[in-house]
Amino acid sequence: MTLSFTATVPDRGVEVAFDVADGETVALLGPNGAGKSTVLSVVAGLLCPTSGHVELAGRTLYDAAARVDLAPHRRRVALLAQEPLLFPHLTVLDNVAFGPRSAGASRAGARARAQGWLDEVGVGDLGGRRPAQLSGGQAQRAAVARALAAEPDLLLLDEPMAALDVAVTPALRQTLRRVLADRTCVVVTHDALDALLLADRVLVVEGGRVVETGPTREVLTRPRSAFAARLAGLNLVVGRWSEAALRLDDGSTLSGLVVGEQPVDGEPVVAVFRPTAVAVYRSAPHGSPRNVVPVTVTTVEQLGDLVRIRAGDLSADVTLPAAAELELVPGSAAYFSVKATEVEVYPA
Amino acid sequence: MVTMLSRRLLPALVLALLAPVLVACGGDDDGDTTLTVYAAASLKKTFEQLKADFEETHDGVTVELVLGGSSDLVSQIQGGAGADVFASADTANMDKLVGSDDQGQDPQDFATNTLEIATPPDNPAGVATLQDLAGPDVDLVLCAPEVPCGAAAQKVADAAGLTFDPVSEEQSVTDVLGKITSGQADAGLVYVTDVLAAGDTVKGIEFPESSSAVNTYPITTVKGSDHADLAGEFVDLVLSDKGQKVLADAGFGAP
Amino acid sequence: MSGARAVGLPRWVLVPALVGALFVLLPLVAIVAQVDWSNFWGLITSESSRTALLLSLRTSTASTVVCVLIGVPMALVLARTSFPGQGVVRSLVLLPLVLPPVVGGLALLYTFGKRGLIGQSIEVVGTTVAFSTLAVVMAQVFVALPFLVVSLEGALRTAGERYEVVAASLGARPTTVLLRVTLPLALPGLVSGAVLAFARSLGEFGATVTFAGSREGVTRTLPLEIYLQRETDPDAAIALALVLVVVAVLVIGLARTGRTAL
Repeated sequence: MTLSFTATVPDRGVEVAFDVADGETVALLGPNGAGKSTVLSVVAGLLCPTSGHVELAGRTLYDAAARVDLAPHRRRVALLAQEPLLFPHLTVLDNVAFGPRSAGASRAGARARAQGWLDEVGVGDLGGRRPAQLSGGQAQRAAVARALAAEPDLLLLDEPMAALDVAVTPALRQTLRRVLADRTCVVVTHDALDALLLADRVLVVEGGRVVETGPTREVLTRPRSAFAARLAGLNLVVGRWSEAALRLDDGSTLSGLVVGEQPVDGEPVVAVFRPTAVAVYRSAPHGSPRNVVPVTVTTVEQLGDLVRIRAGDLSADVTLPAAAELELVPGSAAYFSVKATEVEVYPA
Repeated sequence: MVTMLSRRLLPALVLALLAPVLVACGGDDDGDTTLTVYAAASLKKTFEQLKADFEETHDGVTVELVLGGSSDLVSQIQGGAGADVFASADTANMDKLVGSDDQGQDPQDFATNTLEIATPPDNPAGVATLQDLAGPDVDLVLCAPEVPCGAAAQKVADAAGLTFDPVSEEQSVTDVLGKITSGQADAGLVYVTDVLAAGDTVKGIEFPESSSAVNTYPITTVKGSDHADLAGEFVDLVLSDKGQKVLADAGFGAP
Repeated sequence: MSGARAVGLPRWVLVPALVGALFVLLPLVAIVAQVDWSNFWGLITSESSRTALLLSLRTSTASTVVCVLIGVPMALVLARTSFPGQGVVRSLVLLPLVLPPVVGGLALLYTFGKRGLIGQSIEVVGTTVAFSTLAVVMAQVFVALPFLVVSLEGALRTAGERYEVVAASLGARPTTVLLRVTLPLALPGLVSGAVLAFARSLGEFGATVTFAGSREGVTRTLPLEIYLQRETDPDAAIALALVLVVVAVLVIGLARTGRTAL
């Protein structure tokens, strides 16, 4: 199920080439209009490039020179968009059974499989409902089940969580992480967390070109492209789960809220928090319930109204007056402090 | 600015649109007199000529011709349309007007009309006599018995002892002629005057049995007319030698 | 719904709206007032009235079916494809909406009539449409088709192609997408289009009279019967007119409840 992709779409100024290995999930990151959706449209067969070659699992989906352009329904490429787009006139169960039915399965067989997928994504009890009776998160889960039930060779996710309430995204992200684990998948996202937790590898697309590629954690923590740098403002701390906290190699600990299943001791985990959640002090704060990390400032840069203070892999955003008061320069000693409630801990 | 403009323009526009209506309602204020003549549609050509003659001899008088099916005209007059003269294509409709509200008075017959066979110019079915119309291979179109030309056709058939099986019973002579000029139908029964008016588009075939259904055209002034004298003069014109000549030229017979 | 209130609608709008409503409703009231109720039943159940009503219902049903069969593909092509001159084609297809029906009847006559453009070739096959019930249905289809096409094309455009893209990505063949996604989603538009087409067929007069003729039981539909009865029996004409109004109201009412049930 490997994907090999090369395409030029001059109308949209897109010229992109990449491969996805069998079972690999690749995240396409990039600003709006960078060409990410164009790439998905070409793979799905909704847009015809002027030149290029798209091959999936040994089948040629598109080849400009050989004049091959497989119809969308014969590509075995399922698409999951921002909005669930469940067929409003069918029940949730029949929505999920749509793919198997189209592939020729009997009504009963298709429904049985559909029920299995609904169970898999955690909405097994909602099969009898109409899409209009679902919440946004439930509908998107059903849409995931529907895409998977079609048994595609390749799954395309176009910002699958962008339209959802932030309260339900962590749980859905965990579900996706589970069901996508061994699938060949391309996910377009704006969210570094999505990339971190769903993707093995990241492609940063800017101005219709791939400007950076590499293993997810590497790109996010040491970004080279401008977009990845902006996006990767997220603080990622990697460690192992121990005594209800993340323990780093140097023995220090970080407390946070566990998202998804409770990790067992010794399991690798990653803690994620935003730079705006970090408070910065010149002297160690006392008697605070916060996580406190002593750091040495490496860079200080202004980002609009905020000043970003970097210390190694960690960064903190503070207001201009606060930054002025702190009088920090590279080399200064400082303390980064973040509330446990602002830290999300994921199994890595 | 736009709203200012439209606020001032809107009433002006409304006035401009209403103006013709208002003027029309104002009627005779400008000294001109309008004589309204309701006439059966088959009288169109002849009455237009008579209208011109009448206006020539009556300074400041305009004749307004309202043409239509006789029964339509009767309902309009009964509904209060301001007609001064009514010329009907048959006595039945005239009786309706005279009998109902006493709106017509002393109708006088001024013309007659008889039926003629009409076929497409090439006469594809080879129709020559009235008997031919009853043949199975002829697509015959008549007026419906409910309308005068249909009633006349019925009368002719009865007199000749024939039973017609028309493919269509039309609403009016115009509809019958339309089916024939387009070649849809092979033959129809219409009035002599209609055949003459249709010119080259149809071929007319006279038949002796037509004398059994002579259609008589009566005319009357309408009671309550504001221009009773003028209306009387118009009726006189129609009955005069001059008027009769105009009608005869169009194919109408003498009363 | 309690407490819900339209925002920003100036009150004076109600006045012309009310005038408009009265303008449409008063004539209907007038018809009801004009009906000779003592003889009403006898008038509408006379042989010729029943024949005309049945013929109208039969031909309108047939023309609605034909409109659906050819109008749905037309709407699909207009809404889902693009080709050079599409705008012109759309305008031409919608022409019968603004054309006087009599003109439509003449056009049909010169096309399918005995001496029409293709009428002669039809006759060679051994059938003629002249003065047949088929001609009535053709006249009705001609005037009613645009209603169905416009209504359905609008519904298709509103529904958009996003669901169709999803269905195709799930492996559904184009025919499956059409039958299981496109048409079900556009069903309200299709239903209202079909109802409009039926109502328009029921009321069709001008094209029928010009093209099909008028013969009891064959081509004389209810509107033609009403027009004819007016000559001799205005009471019957009014009674039949009321029947036509009631049938039209019933059809539209049924369609509305049907749509809300969807």
